[in-house]
Amino acid sequence: MTDALAYQPCTPADVLLRDVRVLDPRAGLDARYDVRVRGGLVAELAAPETLRADPGEELLEGRGCLLVPAFFDPHVHLRTPGQEHKEDICTGTSAAAAGGFAGVLAMPNTDPVLDSAPLLRSLGEAATRQARVPVGFLAAITRGLQGEQLTEMAELREAGALGFTDDGRPVQSAGMLRKALQYQRLCGGVIALHEEDTTLSRDGTMHEGPVSAALGVSGIPTLSESTMVARDAALAGYEDARVHFQHLSCSASVEAVAGAKARGWRVSAEVTPHHLLLTDEHVRGMDTRMKMHPPLASEQDRRALIEGLRTGTIDCVATDHAPHAREEKEVPFEQAPMGTTGLETAFAALYTGLVESGELPLELLVQRMTAGAQLFGLPAPTIAQGQLANMTLIDLDASWIAGEHGWHSRSASCCFAGGRLRGRVMLTFAAGGIVHREQALSPVAVA
Amino acid sequence: MRHLLSIEDLDRDAIERIVARAARFAEVSDREIKKVPALRGRMVLNLFYEASTRTRSSFELAAKRLSADVVNFAATGSSVEKGESLKDTVLTLSAHKPDAIVLRTPWAGAAELVSGWCSAAIVNAGDGKHEHPTQALLDVYTLRERLGAIDGASIWIVGDVAHSRVARSNIIAFQRMGASVTVAGPPTLIPRGIEALGCDVRYTLAELASADVVYALRMQRERMSETWVPSLREYAAWYQLNAGRLTPRQVLMHPGPVNRGVELSGEVLDSPQAAVTAQVEAGVVVRMAVLYELLAGASAPSPRRRGRQIAPASDRARTGPGAELSDAEGVPDAAIFGMQDGA
Repeated sequence: MTDALAYQPCTPADVLLRDVRVLDPRAGLDARYDVRVRGGLVAELAAPETLRADPGEELLEGRGCLLVPAFFDPHVHLRTPGQEHKEDICTGTSAAAAGGFAGVLAMPNTDPVLDSAPLLRSLGEAATRQARVPVGFLAAITRGLQGEQLTEMAELREAGALGFTDDGRPVQSAGMLRKALQYQRLCGGVIALHEEDTTLSRDGTMHEGPVSAALGVSGIPTLSESTMVARDAALAGYEDARVHFQHLSCSASVEAVAGAKARGWRVSAEVTPHHLLLTDEHVRGMDTRMKMHPPLASEQDRRALIEGLRTGTIDCVATDHAPHAREEKEVPFEQAPMGTTGLETAFAALYTGLVESGELPLELLVQRMTAGAQLFGLPAPTIAQGQLANMTLIDLDASWIAGEHGWHSRSASCCFAGGRLRGRVMLTFAAGGIVHREQALSPVAVA
Repeated sequence: MRHLLSIEDLDRDAIERIVARAARFAEVSDREIKKVPALRGRMVLNLFYEASTRTRSSFELAAKRLSADVVNFAATGSSVEKGESLKDTVLTLSAHKPDAIVLRTPWAGAAELVSGWCSAAIVNAGDGKHEHPTQALLDVYTLRERLGAIDGASIWIVGDVAHSRVARSNIIAFQRMGASVTVAGPPTLIPRGIEALGCDVRYTLAELASADVVYALRMQRERMSETWVPSLREYAAWYQLNAGRLTPRQVLMHPGPVNRGVELSGEVLDSPQAAVTAQVEAGVVVRMAVLYELLAGASAPSPRRRGRQIAPASDRARTGPGAELSDAEGVPDAAIFGMQDGA
């Protein structure tokens, strides 16, 4: 899966994981195994407690911990270049590794905007020195995200762009977006869309509803998103284009995507952990960590998102990891920038909030947290003999408080901070190397 | 009471207590020398990020009548214009050890945020479109003076509810005092979901006759450029409160400043049913009561202190002659109100 992605090469792992519960929904695996990783490749899956560590191999007692294909996040902000005070390639991908992700796609709303091939090449090159996990890049659809002129999409594709997005902003003009969709026939690449009608969202800073009315904060109606999803799904259908809807936040958008899929249009969609777990009620205290784009919506919207993820209308989970500096968030709610971090808490928050409560099977959560790769033309991570190790070891019984020992991200602005979560990522393999290891996980023995 | 951040934080008893104290302070305003030493040696900082004449001067006057020292800090022409953040401004000004900070900002939730950054008592004098709790208290005071009791009264709040912090605080306060509240105005200026605060919503004034009290909100001219309503002329035609729409028994209120001829006609504004100047008068005594509630008895405010800070009766009993020089803590009401004003 990593050919199209850039990362800092690391030492290939030689590890024996003894007695782990291997859960790989795509391979139909859910049983206890001993798993041997040699030279960074999955070398052997054998009955539990049957393998012995070879010389030079690290032995880790799994004690039934969960081993799953590593997660893939098609929506993160690494803030590089230009906003390294919020995050950089190293800190952002360290956060990804800590969250069990072995691949992320970085958004182009940087400073300058990622809208030219030379900039993309230099970023890819920087990633080979700084990225702890493989990183892919989406380039801008329009120059400078201005919505007025297409980027040189074909050249950007040749330089490695996996797709295009103006994320952070909508492509407000339907005519402009239509040109991009037509041009996709030449250059390929998924067109990912941040959906928002800015004439409806105006100066809103939270979901429009009883809470915004009570707080006196301008609201963003959900139809700001859903009308644009419907519009752009129709455009995609007409042009037979491949479109991906980013961070769905409301039931009307889920319905619009379901309608588009029913017609056979080539659309996919993602949802964030925060939209699956939080609502505008969490904004009542005007905590700026709860301010994100799109805003947290109503409980009814949250229910529809969970149902959409369950049925597959929504294809995958994406964190929209959007780090901001402390001083930027330490201001009154309406002044604060939108965004929360999410990489380090995604699995545990969803496991605690949806799996433990019985709303989503664990297997389905793992499937949805790994599905993003295929949507962007990358191979899905699997646990199979001969494959490069891209997998995550999780202690489902471990209980922890988000942020209690700090963050790998440069930003501490996380909407789940302070929450008690269950399910801790203990070990992450990305591209054959160990890129994250929880301190509590010490090797039993190195043979 | 540690801070006054939101009217939400006050139950009916707390509102009654503040209003009752304000009524006793009203007597001070009628004296030849309008001053009592209750907050002598205390410092009140007015920190205003928005233009305000009446609220700021009302707080200033209230503090001075209680003998507190007052410092006014306006954001224009200050370090704020040089890019200083709200947090740094508050931390800097806190170095002067104010006992209370009266804060007006264009941002919802700012007062609550600031209360976590310093040890002073914070009085929310308006945070964006969120709340303006002292306005609600002075409106309750004014209505009590007019009606005797607010219980069972029907109060209509008319106009631009969407952009009004006064509306939000008053919807809560009036209901807490036993009134029923209806908001009315152009559909573009009634926020979706406002009925969750317990009020009824109307888009015309057809049923206005059922109101005992009509509270007009200021129609801000800058809203016109944002096309919230087609024109001030059309707004006035449908929502202006005038002699044709009001009956003389209805009490008319307005938080000011008034756009005479827009939301109110001149004739009703000048009529005896208008309580607008009474509201302004009430502003000073209610703010005196709020500052007294927050500061008298709180000898050394600390960020961790919670709950009522008014000195309990047992403390008052210990206050003997000569104690009045220490500070206001434990000074019985009688001692304050009975001061000879140096006359």
